[in-house]
Amino acid sequence: MEITKKDIEHIANLSMLNLSEDEVDGYAKDMQEIIAFANQINEINTDGLEESAFALDSYNVFRKDEVRESFDRELLMQNAPSSNGVAYQIPPVIE
Amino acid sequence: MEYEVVIGLEVHAELSTKTKIYCGCTTEFGGDPNTHCCPICTGMPGALPVLNEKVVEYAVKAGLAVGAQINRNSKQDRKNYFYPDTPRAYQISQFDLPLCINGGFDITLKDGTTKRIGITRIHIEDDAGKLVHDTYTGGTLVDLNRAGVPLIEIVSEPDMRSAEEAVAYVEKLKGILEYIGVSDCKMQEGSLRADVNLSLRPVGQKEFGTRTESKNLNSFRAIEHMINFEIQRQKEILESGGKVIQETRRWDEATGEGYAMRSKEDADDYRYFPEPDLMPIKLSDDYINNIKENLPELPERRKARYIEELKLPEYDAGIITSSKALSDFFEEASKECGNPKAVSNWIMTDIIRIARENDIDYSDLPFSAKRFASLIKLIDSGSISNTIGKKVFEDMISENKEPEEIVKEKGLLQISDESAIKEVVDRVVAANPQSIVDYKAGKDRALGFLVGQCMKELKGKGNPQIINRLIMEYLK
Ligand SMILES: [Zn+2]
Repeated sequence: MEITKKDIEHIANLSMLNLSEDEVDGYAKDMQEIIAFANQINEINTDGLEESAFALDSYNVFRKDEVRESFDRELLMQNAPSSNGVAYQIPPVIE
Repeated sequence: MEYEVVIGLEVHAELSTKTKIYCGCTTEFGGDPNTHCCPICTGMPGALPVLNEKVVEYAVKAGLAVGAQINRNSKQDRKNYFYPDTPRAYQISQFDLPLCINGGFDITLKDGTTKRIGITRIHIEDDAGKLVHDTYTGGTLVDLNRAGVPLIEIVSEPDMRSAEEAVAYVEKLKGILEYIGVSDCKMQEGSLRADVNLSLRPVGQKEFGTRTESKNLNSFRAIEHMINFEIQRQKEILESGGKVIQETRRWDEATGEGYAMRSKEDADDYRYFPEPDLMPIKLSDDYINNIKENLPELPERRKARYIEELKLPEYDAGIITSSKALSDFFEEASKECGNPKAVSNWIMTDIIRIARENDIDYSDLPFSAKRFASLIKLIDSGSISNTIGKKVFEDMISENKEPEEIVKEKGLLQISDESAIKEVVDRVVAANPQSIVDYKAGKDRALGFLVGQCMKELKGKGNPQIINRLIMEYLK
């Protein structure tokens, strides 16, 4: 599978990244190598194995529907670059 | 050219669990901004979600109630996109293995015909937060109290062909979800909302036309208006030789117009992948059968019972059972006054009317079933006439008082004293000899005139049966 410059530009756009021309070239090369490395996994014979999205043999990890105290708002707001103490502040969003 | 309308709906219903889908924060509506939040639902790095077991149970319940198959093996997936109401920059949803697939139910249309609408799938996902315009700074404020509230998304087949069908489908679906108690379905609060996919194609053409998706419709009225607007808009484009652009649209019910939202390029590239923080869901036959056996009486069953046992007309039974709140009201009032037929008649006329006029949910009627039953009892016992009953009904709403109290205060008790009525009848007949002649000459209207005159003298409170009988004695 070949990773083109167009693929990188598309992914950068989805990720909201502005990349320079040089960076696009560099990432295209890097990603090509990364995918080639990951593709080695395709060589493993999986005949007769059940399809699974997970490596662990774990399922139905549930929580009871019981209310727990929420977090201190002040602490939550400290993690944001900007807040008015009550809500996160972000640049205007226009639909 | 004649066009056929093709409509498919995605309905989002907030589940009425106590806590959010992946954390123990409360789902209670309202609350100060960002006070129902924790590191999990605000998307802090490293915070691990754990699935609320009630969410699975409620989604399976909904699936069984709409006749869907339940997937024994299911998983959750990441849907990646940037929007400030979604702090993780991805929504946790379900992609290829939703909990429920292949369901559907019949809707009944105004002309009495029924039509089956298919349901493609039901999956679980988390709701987003709320963006509020900040008048002080001109920026936007983010409130994450709703972020992480569990949703089911119910995706229909593109089986609907008109606004009427779409509204009937959502009404029925809402009723079912209310009956099984998995969502309070309050459309005004956004706990039930619909996305409408709509396209036109020339009649006879097999392929679908280009569709648009109008988001977040939160009233039946808005769904109806939006669909009719969009049909007209697309028709005009096609008829003038243009092409409909596939886009996401917003409906403004206040102005009665739809708008294209800023179309994001690559909007549909969500790069779904299995959510690594959440393990797969495996459901046993026992688990599913147990939920199935404990499903409450569904609208369809109730409707049949009303028709068979209470002899309600099919149309009326269908309307009343379409809302659980209305149906519960009907049952309670009927039990209280012992006259289901009268309660049903009042619901079909006055109660539906006042709910529509005031845009209120049947769970928020301005009087209790018990109070309403008292009104029926006053009429049935002959204490007031049906006509006076209608007046008392209006006062019951505007004055928020018991009907007995209103009747007493305003002196509305019906006059059934035969001698008192006879006195009036004698006087009216004596004053209108021509009416007797007219009636005997075949003019039936004369009877109505005489009854009306008597009623007028009795200030509307005379017992109509007695008045009628006494006048007839003169006319024989
Ligand atoms: Zn939380």
